[in-house]
Amino acid sequence: MKMHLPTTSYHKGGYSSIINLNGIEKSFDDIKVLENISISIEKGELVSLLGPSGCGKSTIFNIISGLTPQDSGKLYIDGTIGYMQQKDLLLPWKNIMDNVALPLTIKGINKNAREEKVKKYLPIVGLEGYEKSYPSQLSGGMRQRASFLRTLMASEDIMLLDEPFASLDSITKSKMQLWLLKMKSKLNNTILLITHDIDEALLLSDRIYILSSKPATIKKEITLDFNMDNKKERLLSTKTLKLKEEILKLL
Amino acid sequence: MKKSTNIDKLYPVLSIITIIFLWQIIVDLNNIPKYILPSPKDIALALKDDFNLIMTHTKVTLYESFVGFIFSIILAFLLAILMDSFTIIKKSFYPLLVISQTIPTIAIAPIFIIWFGFGTLPKIIMVIMACFFPIVISLVDGLEKIDNDYLRLFKTMNASKLQTFYHLKLPYAIVHLLSGIKIAATYMIMTAVVSEWLGGEGGIGVYMVRAKNAYALDKVFASILVIMVVSILTIYIIDFLGNKLIHWKTKKKGV
Repeated sequence: MKMHLPTTSYHKGGYSSIINLNGIEKSFDDIKVLENISISIEKGELVSLLGPSGCGKSTIFNIISGLTPQDSGKLYIDGTIGYMQQKDLLLPWKNIMDNVALPLTIKGINKNAREEKVKKYLPIVGLEGYEKSYPSQLSGGMRQRASFLRTLMASEDIMLLDEPFASLDSITKSKMQLWLLKMKSKLNNTILLITHDIDEALLLSDRIYILSSKPATIKKEITLDFNMDNKKERLLSTKTLKLKEEILKLL
Repeated sequence: MKKSTNIDKLYPVLSIITIIFLWQIIVDLNNIPKYILPSPKDIALALKDDFNLIMTHTKVTLYESFVGFIFSIILAFLLAILMDSFTIIKKSFYPLLVISQTIPTIAIAPIFIIWFGFGTLPKIIMVIMACFFPIVISLVDGLEKIDNDYLRLFKTMNASKLQTFYHLKLPYAIVHLLSGIKIAATYMIMTAVVSEWLGGEGGIGVYMVRAKNAYALDKVFASILVIMVVSILTIYIIDFLGNKLIHWKTKKKGV
């Protein structure tokens, strides 16, 4: 039996959390993917799930978003969810405006209202003036930002980001990471991020859950309470290096 | 680059002109009779003399082709949507569709004539039989090939079945559908003409058979020429409309 930390007790009360997973288990064809996953996320937090590729992190997201039912364990979510998958998944036949507004269209909001709302956000994600462009005309980073905005249109409460920058080159990636921090401070929503990139997790998160490989269990929970105002400075901090060493030992 | 593609287009034109020229010379030099092989000049004259009659017959053929074609598209859509929505329908009908393609058109056309007479109806049915298959198969395959991640995206957005179909499945399938429609467009006029050969009151196929029976080969060739031109125009128009429909696919990078 692997040890896991009782994570819910870590927070005072535990009921202020916006997402709460308690002892979630999941198997696919008799292969155990998730074992006793307990996670709790407070409103306004940016929490990362860090683990090796293919360890079942995406399954956790699928359970949170309701795409896959869990075998056992309790799931509590307070709010609506926007789920951004690894690929940008923009529809090539819709222009950026229609792509971003898609969740609003599906909710049945009329054209004027949804265009007004999207236009308000487009400058924030740096896509102003690209409303009429098609996804094929945009760069990878721009498409990812459009996808991010579409996720936001689906829900302003909780965002699940599944390795959102994994397909980008390293320069674009670091730009997008800083951009995400800026977005987060502007929107003040709750973000749960999946990543296999230790540096990304250390740069972005308020807390990190470290997952083992299959079946995924929570090995450790790390709280990053330094350089909270300017997370960019973390890149130069010795604390970061120590944590990185600790994480590397765990993985 | 552009210049060379323009010159590339010139090569086939030159070879056609050469072939026609040689054809004319060979017929003239050897005094080949018109009922064996008419010269290009004879064909042109036959086309000019019989132009009005040929056009009247062509209209009938075009009518049969397009009515059949449009019905094929409508039927293909209905069946494809049903097959996509209910797996049991797909499992029941997909193999039948494939098997139906082994039925030779020429063999069943006379049966249809017995059943439906010498009018345009049996021809339209033949056109539907020929065109329906490539359209429905391309549509079903298109609906099936949608990336599962896209379907999950729509699920997380709580999209209804109809919304998923309208915003995702249909536009996705249209790209595949167009390849099926292009194949069907090449079949449709040919099928109408072949069905007309086997008996009918009007149409370019009927005209051809009558001309052939009178050994007026110049008129037969003239009608072949008309069929070729009509087919090329049809494919061109469908291609043009199709590209309009998927304009987003041809958009270039960099605004």
